[in-house]
Amino acid sequence: MDISQYLEIFIDESNEHLQNLNTQILNLESDPENMDTINEIFRAAHSLKGMAGTMGYKRMQTLTHDMENVFSEVRNGNIKVTPNMVDILFQCLDALDEYVNNVKESADEGTNENEPLIRQLNAVLNGPDKPGEEVPAQTGEPSEEKGDGRKWLEIQLDSAQQHVIRAAKEQGKNVFGLTVTVQESCILKAARAFLVFKAVEERGEIIVSNPPAQDVEDEKFDLDFSLVVVSDGDIEALKAAVASVSEIASVVGEPIVLENMGTADPYEDSVPEPEQKPQSVPEEATPAAVQPPEAAHAAEPAVKPAAASKTGDKKQAPGKPVVNRTVRVDIEKLDVLMNLVSELIIAKNSLVSVSNQVQGQNQGVNEQIEYLENVTTNLHESVMKVRMVPIESVVSKFPRMIRDLSKKLDKKMELYMTGEETELDRTVVDEIGDPLMHLLRNSADHGLESAEIRAQRGKPAVGSIFLDAYQDGNNVVIEVRDDGNGIDVEKVKAKALEREAITPEQASNMSDKEIIDLLFLPSFSTAKKVTDVSGRGVGLDVVKSKIEALSGEVEVKSKLGEGSTWTIRLPLTLAIIQALMVVVGGEKYAISLGTIQTIEDIAPEDIKLVQNKEVIHLRGSVIPLIRLSNVLDVESTKSPQEHLMVVIVKKGDKLAGLVIDDMIGQQEIVIKSLGKYIKQCKFISGATILGDGEVALILDANALI
Amino acid sequence: MEELKVVESNNTTGVQQQYIVVRLGEEQYGVDIRYIDNIVRMQKITRVPKVAPYLKGVINLRGEVIPIMSLRLKMFLPEDEITKATRIIILKLEQYGSIGVIVDEVKEVVTLDEEHIEKVSYDSKEERLNFLGGIGKYDGGLISLLDFNLVMQERENTL
Repeated sequence: MDISQYLEIFIDESNEHLQNLNTQILNLESDPENMDTINEIFRAAHSLKGMAGTMGYKRMQTLTHDMENVFSEVRNGNIKVTPNMVDILFQCLDALDEYVNNVKESADEGTNENEPLIRQLNAVLNGPDKPGEEVPAQTGEPSEEKGDGRKWLEIQLDSAQQHVIRAAKEQGKNVFGLTVTVQESCILKAARAFLVFKAVEERGEIIVSNPPAQDVEDEKFDLDFSLVVVSDGDIEALKAAVASVSEIASVVGEPIVLENMGTADPYEDSVPEPEQKPQSVPEEATPAAVQPPEAAHAAEPAVKPAAASKTGDKKQAPGKPVVNRTVRVDIEKLDVLMNLVSELIIAKNSLVSVSNQVQGQNQGVNEQIEYLENVTTNLHESVMKVRMVPIESVVSKFPRMIRDLSKKLDKKMELYMTGEETELDRTVVDEIGDPLMHLLRNSADHGLESAEIRAQRGKPAVGSIFLDAYQDGNNVVIEVRDDGNGIDVEKVKAKALEREAITPEQASNMSDKEIIDLLFLPSFSTAKKVTDVSGRGVGLDVVKSKIEALSGEVEVKSKLGEGSTWTIRLPLTLAIIQALMVVVGGEKYAISLGTIQTIEDIAPEDIKLVQNKEVIHLRGSVIPLIRLSNVLDVESTKSPQEHLMVVIVKKGDKLAGLVIDDMIGQQEIVIKSLGKYIKQCKFISGATILGDGEVALILDANALI
Repeated sequence: MEELKVVESNNTTGVQQQYIVVRLGEEQYGVDIRYIDNIVRMQKITRVPKVAPYLKGVINLRGEVIPIMSLRLKMFLPEDEITKATRIIILKLEQYGSIGVIVDEVKEVVTLDEEHIEKVSYDSKEERLNFLGGIGKYDGGLISLLDFNLVMQERENTL
């Protein structure tokens, strides 16, 4: 049977489960007694095992199975959570992650058996007196059994089916009734049902299904479906197989007594059983499932159902699950949608420019165009929002990373994160992970001091690293901050001199900030020792170029002895921006509105010279002037006596005045690349198509300052 | 007729290739038709500052921004004179994406047998010849066949 169509779901879900496990095990480390956490871990591990099993990834299944055993014992209170155990569990997660990655790349889990890990897990298990191999796995099942009854009793058997059942029994085969309930949050019920059918058919033959198999396949069932199965094996194996399919809420099953079954024959109508209602079932169903291994732990039943119902409640509490209201969409489809919106905006812009040319303006047309403008802007915003995802998906792996670093570097540290819900364009989120990781590693390795020095300086023994994200106007700001040593400007300077990145004269003239910025040069590392944590200087320059590739910027502020702050500023969107259209030497250029502070009218006599550079005084600050006509190699159309039109732009806390010839106005523009062949110079960030079909270049004010 | 054609192509040992013949100044050049995406009339080109002189700027072709190169300047010929016959040939190259080149005139399409194409040696003193993939013999005349991958490659050196 072809399972490849489920591969994507498998990968997605596995990653979710793994992420969840990572988070929960971290929680467990700090709070080893938390029953909710343990249950959550158990459930995630269990689903993972089931999924791997169904997809036929045996190695992955084995490993999760052994992990599950450990969790199960923890849950039963038979083993205590120890740091050593948590370490092993994390290693297991890494191994699982590797399996999933292999699957993603080649649809195969790879050949790594991870035997040492499995041995370690078993060592943990066998520490206490538990013999358990299969046992915990099965005791896991009842926890998922909540409510719902033996609905198979409602199946009406016709005489042919009865005959088959009788014949099977005579041959010594077992006949079971089975009712499977899928989770309410399940999205692809039919797919799950299909997997259940498949699992059952591996072990026996389905005689009747209610609703009929065809309906089940077409998703024409509520949450449960019932089967009558003829099998050689026993009911437990069958139930375990079914329960291993993920998103199955419960499996109830027991051998069938033919006399109890409803039949399609009229004279047996009076059978009382079919009226069985859920509430009477749990006491019956639970023993059925737990019977064999039960004797071993007598104290359990009381604990388990309680735990199960607790977690069960939590899941079902919000009524209709939110999951059903979301749709997974291929990012490429969104890109297409975005491109279409861009086209629409270009078309709208040309409509605007045409209508402006028409003399004797028609009021009606103008109103409609304004309306159209409104709609396209809103449309653009909604499409953008669709593409936005919280940065949580990236940052949630960091606590784990910091924990590992803490062990590796033998420094105590803690990561505090805020604003994980801050949203960014999907493409940006995908790219921002590595730079952030690098900055965090940098803070952990170079930033935080060793325990002795921290003690000398009177700092708390545990170092703190902060990751804060928030939205600031049209930008998203992500800050990585630590309370460590800060950047030693003198050390950086010495290093730069040694590397001959700067001359001694330059060094004496540079401000601290300029020296710190040297860190972003390629191949510059001040770490005295090269560690495998934060590399050999192939870092900060990569961070910088990556962020600049996303049209963002990175800045660092630092105080020696008190720590440093790295600030990353990213634009909310990449494709469409509001821009000011200006004219320089007869050519049209666009400047992103985000960088513009004000537009000033300056008399030529107000221009002063400082160090041979033109500056102006504006409300108490000295602002350097940049004549765009010089930068862009064109002749300004204005005479030197005329007043200057100056666009004041801001980068970080620096201001500059761009001298332009004329201004056209504000416009929504679609950013296009100049094509691969033109190596565009730094201050041209792209091109855009104007209403009249002409191309205008976009100036990157940041690169000009 | 059909049969005749078949016989003919069976007789030729080599593969046939189609070229578009363009005029640059007084010379004829052939451009492999497989690279050609489109041929458009001259239109307003938006200048891009701080690039090599032979890069004239960019144009808008149905919503795509496409860089435009002056083949004349690239081949060390005098600056283009824009006439009614001037055309922009839009090429699609795997490595460099879409790019437009300005030519003085587009003349015709010719089909050349491989055996009618002569290879040229590359270490020619005259730079222009370095862009040639071969010389085609056609109707008694000669056409220089441009290899645009060589034309593009050259940019690192000239910039």
